[in-house]
Amino acid sequence: MTQTPSAPSSALDPKKSFQGLILTLQKFWASQGAVVLQPYDMEVGAGTFHPATTLRSLGKKPWKACYVQPSRRPKDGRYGENPNRLQHYYQFQVILKPSPDNLQDLYLQSLAAIGVDSSLHDIRFVEDDWESPTLGAWGLGWECWCDGMEVSQFTYFQQVAGVECSPVSGELTFGLERLAMYVQGVENVYDLNFNGLEGADRISYGDVFLQAEQEYSRHNFEAADTKKLFGDFERAEAECKALLAFGDRGEGKHQMVLPAYDQCVKASHAFNLLDARGVISVTERQSYILRVRELAKACGAAWMKTDGAGFAASKE
Amino acid sequence: MSDLLLELFSEEIPARMQAQAAADLKKLVTDALVERGLLYEAATALATPRRLTLHVVGLPTSQPDQREEKKGPRVGAPEAALAGFLKSSGLASLDDARIDTDKKGGQFYVAVIEKKGAPTLDVLADILPAIIKNFPWPKAMRWGAGSSEPNPLRWVRPLHAIVATFGPETEEPDIVPFEVGGVKAGNVTYGHRFMAPGAIKVRRFDDYVTKLYDAKVVLDPARRRDIILHDCKDLAFAQGLELVEDEGLLHEVAGLVEWPVVLMGAFDASFLDIPAEVIRATIRANQKCFVLRDPATGGLANKFLLVSNVVATDGGKAIAAGNGRVVRARLSDALYFWKTDQAPLPDFADQGKPLDQRLAKLRALNIVFHAKLGTQGARIVRIIEAARELAPKVGADPAKAARAAELAKADLVTEVVGEFPETQGLMGRRYAELQGEDAEVAAAIEEHYKPQGPTDRIPNAPVSVAVALADKLDTLVGFWGIDEKPTGSKDPFALRRAALGVIRIILENGLRLRLINDAFLLPFIFANSDIAKAKVQPAFDHLAAAQGALGRADENLDQAWQQYSKRIQHPISREELLAKTDQLSDLLAFLADRLKVYLRDRGARHDLLDAVFALGEDDLVLIVRRIEALDAFLKTEDGASLLAGYKRAANILKAEEKKDGAGAFEAAPNASLLTDAEEKALFAAMETATAEADSALKAENFEAAMQALSTLRAPTDAFFDKVTVNAENPEIRKNRLSLLAQLRRAIHLVADFSKIGG
Repeated sequence: MTQTPSAPSSALDPKKSFQGLILTLQKFWASQGAVVLQPYDMEVGAGTFHPATTLRSLGKKPWKACYVQPSRRPKDGRYGENPNRLQHYYQFQVILKPSPDNLQDLYLQSLAAIGVDSSLHDIRFVEDDWESPTLGAWGLGWECWCDGMEVSQFTYFQQVAGVECSPVSGELTFGLERLAMYVQGVENVYDLNFNGLEGADRISYGDVFLQAEQEYSRHNFEAADTKKLFGDFERAEAECKALLAFGDRGEGKHQMVLPAYDQCVKASHAFNLLDARGVISVTERQSYILRVRELAKACGAAWMKTDGAGFAASKE
Repeated sequence: MSDLLLELFSEEIPARMQAQAAADLKKLVTDALVERGLLYEAATALATPRRLTLHVVGLPTSQPDQREEKKGPRVGAPEAALAGFLKSSGLASLDDARIDTDKKGGQFYVAVIEKKGAPTLDVLADILPAIIKNFPWPKAMRWGAGSSEPNPLRWVRPLHAIVATFGPETEEPDIVPFEVGGVKAGNVTYGHRFMAPGAIKVRRFDDYVTKLYDAKVVLDPARRRDIILHDCKDLAFAQGLELVEDEGLLHEVAGLVEWPVVLMGAFDASFLDIPAEVIRATIRANQKCFVLRDPATGGLANKFLLVSNVVATDGGKAIAAGNGRVVRARLSDALYFWKTDQAPLPDFADQGKPLDQRLAKLRALNIVFHAKLGTQGARIVRIIEAARELAPKVGADPAKAARAAELAKADLVTEVVGEFPETQGLMGRRYAELQGEDAEVAAAIEEHYKPQGPTDRIPNAPVSVAVALADKLDTLVGFWGIDEKPTGSKDPFALRRAALGVIRIILENGLRLRLINDAFLLPFIFANSDIAKAKVQPAFDHLAAAQGALGRADENLDQAWQQYSKRIQHPISREELLAKTDQLSDLLAFLADRLKVYLRDRGARHDLLDAVFALGEDDLVLIVRRIEALDAFLKTEDGASLLAGYKRAANILKAEEKKDGAGAFEAAPNASLLTDAEEKALFAAMETATAEADSALKAENFEAAMQALSTLRAPTDAFFDKVTVNAENPEIRKNRLSLLAQLRRAIHLVADFSKIGG
């Protein structure tokens, strides 16, 4: 066993370690009153799918949260050979309801906290209307550029799961690998320093994830059993509907939204894998998206009848 | 006279919306002012990413006073009527009313209502909040805690501050007192987000512009564009390179910065192996950067220009380096796509060469071209057959045309085109070249989309022409078949562009095609035996229409029908065919219309177009030649006077046909009933002229045909001089009118002169 003589501070330095970047962001947003959550334990394409965002952005109750979400985009697999594209990567998600008036300033302060100096770098808000057809959601905002690199998505949610957002939430999504590459000055994601140590103790992003990228790319493009996936989709869809029906109490509080939502997310991921395998035609694609959206909308409607959305409060 | 300064300061406004928003703001405010009697001298609207600014100059300080006279009841009218008058006119008592006397001596009350014009400041405070609340953003949003309140303010992005001052040039202006969505109008704005974020107190436009400039904001978008273009050219020149100018990109980047700073970045020269168009598309679409040309090689240089929004403390080194890194990452993506497209496609690796594999995938995916027109796969089959048939008529090798048509759409499923749709066609060509396709075939894959607009180059190579025509004709005939035609400004399938493309390809290449027999029918040929009757039906419909609508027995049409019906699996009877719709004549009329527009743009007389179109010709080259000959002929004395003679004959016929019925004089004149020398001479002249004109027309010599007809001028003039058409003897009258009808028919051989003006 070797001792670790180097100062542990670099292990926490957002400019020197991937983990330091995450911890700094968590600390910053925690100090703004956000609850620091852990990832959603389901395969999702983006941090937005975490119920802490989709469902919690609905209803009147104020809500502030942040969390890291592993995100899977089966189609973006590159067998570990592309320096920037990954089929599994991390997003850091912040959701603030209602959106504070100084949200842009807070966002820029969080960039400053991880070492992005706005007197040295060109930070830009470039139009990007966000829409998630599968979630029945849309919002307006920007992709945030740092020296031409998109490092975040900034969205004012207008509608989620088919429900009008009232009040509007502000959502910030940081692409952690890209941001880390930026602050560490690294060209290839696999060269990122993960733990901030040097020499034999240095753990790179590639040490942690390269093998996974290779294996999952093979899986996504070549091996994923499409027959099973079609079955997964059907089962998750049926289960979601069954659970929503089970928890439905008519005018009363809904009793089973979160487990149903899990199934909606499962169906969505099965669809993403099928899409990556290239076995869904253009017309079929549209109908699958619609089917997932129907599930998401049903979950959103059910959520509006729960404590989480302030349902009881509005009835009292 | 006073000026208004209005600034709406918000979070970043999308670049593409800024110009329209500025124009809208100006129109809405100035219209509202004028509507309230407030005329102005000038107005300017400007935009940056964070502000919309309006400057209205030369407004009066108040509305003009208004005076209105309101006629009331007669003196001594019932109490109720008088009370009603007082109420509606706002007078306190009848003593305030004037008494007038009418013509009959009756007396009645008149209320004189004088309305003092309101101060402009108050009018502004009244109109501005409503304009802001109802602003026509293409997409607007709610935000913050206020978003859950009823009727929240919607703006393109959160609105943070409003400057609204009004006053004369010499004094401290007033703040227009209003509030909207919780934002109170004032005289404070903010500078550049990073370089001068502090609050700035402003008075009027002049000091506002100066103070903003000092706070690193160039307010005028035109000025920002100038700065960018100028600096781009300078930087390029310093490196011995040329800027690849891009007007659309210039407008966009000028809408992304308040303080433009142009910097140069670079990427590894090895990326220059990627086709230049892909490099440009990548750098433009993803990075909004300009690319540079190396005059030494004619190709792209491995440098690019970016427009940043800040003067960085290190002179922009970190920014240029950062952008360079992203460009490199993007280009390695593009390289990956470019290489992947040349590699075997999983699941389709046994389907031939790389592009053929993509074609197999496109077919397997059953990508729908249009719900009513089937899949892309079925469309490709039609285009292949049409291109093969068209090939010999345009001098192309049928096999090559068919091969090019087969591969023409295969690049739609390539990675590069998926990422950059604007590279369609071009990528197909590149991949075709790489897999060793014939050079004409490869070129046709790119060129079959051409021309994209009225100024785009048309394809000339025969194989390209065949595929380009086949593609466009399939689109036109297909959409006509399902009754999806352009209406007004709506043309979602770009059918006008396709029609103009067909016209330009035919005319500018001098192609001798009969639209109906050679062009329209072909898209409906299905070589494959598995196509259902329902899909064949439209072909027959069109055949039938062609026959019926043009009202002429065309041997070619019969032959074509015979030929095609053998190849189609479920032929229907010719009678059934002929009973079908007139879609095709409608499409021909649409093409004629586009052709008129095309020719009119080139200076042709619209009445001559009508005169020639009335003949029902469908060979565009001949139509144009006939119009040219006619134009030249009418400019000669013979032509002008023949036209006059024709008009006279036609007018007489029209009048007499009203009495005797249409077509009453169409029988050939009876030579034995000709009495006068002049009518005999005209009759004889017509026999010669008609025969000559006929044979000249057969030889497509329109000048000669018109020359032949011009010999009729003298006998026609003599006839009208000496002969009384409406002779007393009814038989002779009828015979003379038949003579004139024959003259009309003879002249109609070259054009329908009744459509010609003057």
